[in-house]
Amino acid sequence: MSKVTFRIWRGDSGQGEFKDYTTEVTEGMVVLDAMHQIQAENAQDLAIRWNCKAGKCGSCSAEINGMPKLMCMTQIKQLPAENPITVEPMRAFPHMRDLVSDVSWNFEVKKKIKGFSPKKADRPDGTWTMAQSDIDRPQEFRKCIECFLCQDVCHVLRDHHKHDEFIGPRFFVYSAALEMNPIDEGDRLADLKNQQGLGYCNITKCCTKVCPEHIHITDNAIIPLKERIVDEYYDPIKMVANFLFKRGKK
Amino acid sequence: MPEIAKLEHDVLVIGAGGAGLRAAIAAAAAGVKVGLITKSLLGKAHTVMAEGGMAAAMANVDDRDSWKVHFADTMRGGQYLNNWRMAELHAKESPDRVRELEAWGALFDRTKDGGILQRNFGGHRYPRLAHVGDRTGLEMIRTLQDHGVHQGIDVHMEHTVCTLLKDGDRVCGALSYDRQKGEFKLFHAKAIVLATGGVGRAFKITSNSWEYTGDGQALAYHAGAELMDMEFVQFHPTGMVWPPSVKGILVTEGVRGEGGVLRNKDGKRFMFDDIPDNYKNQTADSPEEGWRYVLGDKSARRPPELLTRDHVARCIQREVREGRGSPHGGVFLDIAWIKEKIPNAAEHIKKKLPSMYHQFMALADIDITKVPMEVGPTTHYIMGGVRVDGDSQMTSVPGLFAAGEVAAGLHGANRLGGNSLSDLVVFGKRAGDFAAEFAKKQGAGKINQAEVDEHIRKAMAPLERGSSAESPYAVQAKLQDTMQDLVGIVRREGEMQKALEVIGDLKKRAVNAGVGGGRVYNPGWHTCIDLANLLTVSEAIAKAALDRKESRGGHFRDDYPDKSTDGGTYNSIIKKGPDGAMQLQRRPLTPMPEELKQIIEDQKK
Repeated sequence: MSKVTFRIWRGDSGQGEFKDYTTEVTEGMVVLDAMHQIQAENAQDLAIRWNCKAGKCGSCSAEINGMPKLMCMTQIKQLPAENPITVEPMRAFPHMRDLVSDVSWNFEVKKKIKGFSPKKADRPDGTWTMAQSDIDRPQEFRKCIECFLCQDVCHVLRDHHKHDEFIGPRFFVYSAALEMNPIDEGDRLADLKNQQGLGYCNITKCCTKVCPEHIHITDNAIIPLKERIVDEYYDPIKMVANFLFKRGKK
Repeated sequence: MPEIAKLEHDVLVIGAGGAGLRAAIAAAAAGVKVGLITKSLLGKAHTVMAEGGMAAAMANVDDRDSWKVHFADTMRGGQYLNNWRMAELHAKESPDRVRELEAWGALFDRTKDGGILQRNFGGHRYPRLAHVGDRTGLEMIRTLQDHGVHQGIDVHMEHTVCTLLKDGDRVCGALSYDRQKGEFKLFHAKAIVLATGGVGRAFKITSNSWEYTGDGQALAYHAGAELMDMEFVQFHPTGMVWPPSVKGILVTEGVRGEGGVLRNKDGKRFMFDDIPDNYKNQTADSPEEGWRYVLGDKSARRPPELLTRDHVARCIQREVREGRGSPHGGVFLDIAWIKEKIPNAAEHIKKKLPSMYHQFMALADIDITKVPMEVGPTTHYIMGGVRVDGDSQMTSVPGLFAAGEVAAGLHGANRLGGNSLSDLVVFGKRAGDFAAEFAKKQGAGKINQAEVDEHIRKAMAPLERGSSAESPYAVQAKLQDTMQDLVGIVRREGEMQKALEVIGDLKKRAVNAGVGGGRVYNPGWHTCIDLANLLTVSEAIAKAALDRKESRGGHFRDDYPDKSTDGGTYNSIIKKGPDGAMQLQRRPLTPMPEELKQIIEDQKK
């Protein structure tokens, strides 16, 4: 048992300041426990978004000591012992209140990505034959809990605010899951290249670093998508063929 | 009175977990205008936490499986108090719902020949759970969410419904507030589907997320619908017990399905000591036979760790009570031992149980491929809920439907693992289909504005009382302690009477609770409103549990440890009386058709 001070961002719609709260910390406590304790003790209206407290829903994303993390999966004892611990909302999205950001932009982005479109079923019961080895990679991407920490840390969104022309790592992973699904027949490469800003990503791997599900966002999703775009649009032989084909059509 | 927005829908779905999303998709497909209200962000519902899989007799791994075996397993697990029509429809339709998810993009783990793989689970005779490692619920909700966003459904995120509105007998709308902005909204709807999940937050130790405050059960009850079998609360045998802040977080039954065994502090595998008679001829005689079952040997019977959840929870409770528990008040669950049996055991465990590996590493500094986990029972699920028609899912209130955990019937006295994910999609679809059909036949009902104003006034009251009034968090904590201690895994008459007294007292305190701050994203205020629902369902659970003087399924009475003869003949029905008080009656079961009785007899062999 020991007393720990948390420096929590309080305020509305971007206006606010850090306030210090000291609370008793016991073995195994995570940051979210401390926030709830502070809420019950002396900040009844402290706004926190959370659900499962088990690292499965991705609701309680915040910046702890400046790092994007899930509050429910961050043990207090693993943070540097020197006080205080700062807790603030994700900064790449509009601020709502206290620790809660407005993440609705992410939900709008997803609507614009072409959905799953399977080829004709190849089994009589309407299912498909797929080897486990063929789906290991897209299954990795489907571990994503949509915590949006990768979006929060990405400099294209966080510093350059390219929300209108860049969909961010979460949706590159989502697109990769669809593109690498062995039965999907959709084609999202042109959209990724022309409207969704895949080219803005310069492989700093910050997203991979903060992913609580340990998805290899950069190496397994983003880089292969970039390679597919190069193959499709910048391969010299294909470029000539495309050029001739399109001319022929006219 | 604040200005409020008014919205029109044909079908309004409240709740966006598996059942709510599937209902919304079904209703939208039927061509009506659909609104979907969720208390959280989309895709965060408790469904994400379901781990092991969804039960469906596809017979992909064992061709002896069929809907008949699944039906009989479900009825036996539920101690025959189930709504047999729901058990029948569920067993018949769940394979189609699994296939449909695959067609919408779900990627289930595969068999060697490339089909959908199925795993073993408690109470299921054959390997029957379609799964994705131990994150099947996430796969389901994400698939439904991603499919649903293209179906033209109006989604209202972070909204809480304060009350349902009626025109005469039928429902005609709902009043909600937007948690983000604090604004009230009036939803006018021809049919409403409740898909709000369970009540786990009434207890202190629970695997449930904060949203599980019994909202749907309480909304339905106050709208005049019947609640059924509320005494049947499932305590999952394996929750984490250490460290204290993670107490209650679920450890999937998949661990046992993959060969995990339960041991006491002396290292003894205690589940072999107590095998119920009606499971004796389907349970292994020796650890060796149990392991062969895990490996898929069709001549072997399942290990006793895979008996039903109520039984395993009580065996664990017994070991702890009799001083043979683990250091932190649980028992040991060991999957690491399989390294004696298979090469690359550590890799195998990480592949099959990735979330469990991650959860224990991150939260308890335990490597489950090397050492056993410490586990104990945790509040997990309520088998009871809103009484519905087995085919259409309509409640006794016209136009009001319920699906998923909020509805009662499918699971009887005890739910088999894996039957809840399939429940969500089978009955979510049915509720959506029938709600759309109902809506098409109706004109819009009339909303009583004075009633709406009164409910807004009531909802705003805690803010007016301010932070010097009673704290909602204190009342909630007291309720959780009371339910845990007095209406928990082991129940006694005197204790439950005491609990009802405390609940009566807490109801008075709750109506005087207040909070500081404004309406914008104010969790204290939200807690005041949730609290009223928690108190309603807690009272219903305690009342029904007090009345059932026997032990059956999830309901265990220390003062009546055996099944009674008449206990298997009725459901407990709770309804709001004309005086506003909670009334309870025992209602005889509907007789089962001969052909279903015959299936159960045939499967007993």
